[in-house]
Amino acid sequence: MAKLYSKKKKANPKMSPKKETVNFLLNYSKALSITKVGDLTFENIAN
Amino acid sequence: MANVVLPDAVLVKNYVGGDENALATLIERHQSKIYGFIYSKVMDRDVTEDIFQDTFIKVIKTLKTKNYNEEGKFLPWVMRISHNLIVDYFRKTKKMPFNRDTEEFSVFSLMTDNSPNIESKIITEQVEVDLQRLISELPDDQREVLVMRIYDDLSFKEIADLTGVSINTALGRMRYALMNLRKVIEKNQIILTN
Repeated sequence: MAKLYSKKKKANPKMSPKKETVNFLLNYSKALSITKVGDLTFENIAN
Repeated sequence: MANVVLPDAVLVKNYVGGDENALATLIERHQSKIYGFIYSKVMDRDVTEDIFQDTFIKVIKTLKTKNYNEEGKFLPWVMRISHNLIVDYFRKTKKMPFNRDTEEFSVFSLMTDNSPNIESKIITEQVEVDLQRLISELPDDQREVLVMRIYDDLSFKEIADLTGVSINTALGRMRYALMNLRKVIEKNQIILTN
């Protein structure tokens, strides 16, 4: 069988994360509120 | 469309000010660079996805706590966070990135055996035999100096003492010996390289 000499590309030049990951991040950002009181930091996640 | 022309620094400011869409634009703008960067290190889609997510969770937290103060350098900052997370990942799994043997890349290009192979050993032997034959053709006084200097590793002072001539004479004999050797090599087209 003929050997293929064409080079395989290691990775797609344009790679992007899954839609779910990005959506999760956007929702996480919307849900997260951080309150600073003096030296203390409170993280709240609204569900 | 207006978001496209907004610089990162403005988007970061808007996001810190409460504009959630600014984050979407920032992610949209830089996702492929950051994702590609992580993937190029870990070479695993799922791990890349995890590290990408963790990177932005850190970004979100830092921005929301208003600790970010590197305006104008958003992408390098995010890249540094992802780089640190990649280091953490390798440290945790104690796994070093490894190279698979592929069509265009052989692992043996990383591992080399520096000891001479059988072919180069034979060539070296032949070269040495040829050279010895050439040396034996030299006039006695020149051969004597050359052998003492090259094979016996004597200094010219020692050679001069042993042969009963001055250092300059010994040096001259060595010079003529080398010249004669070169002449014979050139004349007979002898290849003395390994």
